[in-house]
Amino acid sequence: MFNLEGKSALVTGASGGIGGEIAKILHAQGATVGLSGTRVEPLEALAAELGERAHVLPCNLSDFDAVDALPKQAVEAMGAVDILVNNAGITRDNLFMRMSDDEWQSVIDVNLTSTFKLCKGVLRGMMKSRWGRIVNISSVVGATGNPGQGNYAASKAGMVGMSKSLAYEVASRGITVNCIAPGFITTPMTEKLTDDQKAGILGQIPAGRMGDAGEIAAAALYLASAEAGYTTGTTLHVNGGMAMI
Amino acid sequence: MSDIADRVKKIVVEHLGVEEDKVVENASFIDDLGADSLDTVELVMAFEEEFGIEIPDDAAETIQTFGDATKFITEAS
Repeated sequence: MFNLEGKSALVTGASGGIGGEIAKILHAQGATVGLSGTRVEPLEALAAELGERAHVLPCNLSDFDAVDALPKQAVEAMGAVDILVNNAGITRDNLFMRMSDDEWQSVIDVNLTSTFKLCKGVLRGMMKSRWGRIVNISSVVGATGNPGQGNYAASKAGMVGMSKSLAYEVASRGITVNCIAPGFITTPMTEKLTDDQKAGILGQIPAGRMGDAGEIAAAALYLASAEAGYTTGTTLHVNGGMAMI
Repeated sequence: MSDIADRVKKIVVEHLGVEEDKVVENASFIDDLGADSLDTVELVMAFEEEFGIEIPDDAAETIQTFGDATKFITEAS
């Protein structure tokens, strides 16, 4: 089950906690992986750890020319992109009243617009091969909102609506488009939270703990698999029960 | 019929699964040949590859019939 031999997967944000785990699990199931991210060193380290079938494809997602070029680079390196995981994301938190246009735009650009561009860039190949899996990593915050994260929540909710629209359009071509909405996962992004914030969050999670990046990766593996061919336009919430939606 | 028209017709027949004699000059991909909007995008992609040309989006919108396609490709290639 969930065998990905012969498939090629492009994972953005592969230098981060969740992206790295997703790349590892897809690779472990036999996929060739393209590791994208802004920081080359951790990507190289991950590629070295994985060994064969791993390609480093650095890309700054706030540079739209670089984003447009990434799908082509991935095809050159791997021969195709059968699976796209849009995992990269940034936060620039601020109270709504204080949020600058730049804080708003930079988060929308990296989290939402780059996802749109990468989906568009890989679709041609997927349509030709009549097979494709797009997995967009949203967030529980996109569904529930979160004070101080108006920009981030908008970008993550936007991803869900965009994915559903695309899922409609390409379902007849064997391409599925789904989202995963992680809750609070132990990663460098959530390590920035203060102890008080963490205690407050844990009080809202029935599971009583933060999630593990591997638990998001397992969801991504399912959505990337051939077995998930009838699952499209959905959002899989992986959040320890903190929002049962 | 020109070589280009033959090649265009072959793509249309293969992609839309229609009888060759239905693909006439004024045959509309959507109204007469049963294409959906995504099929028209795929046809344009197939034309681009077959003939090694770029068909910009605004030009692609004007290609509604078999005749439109052969005319555009003849002029572009």
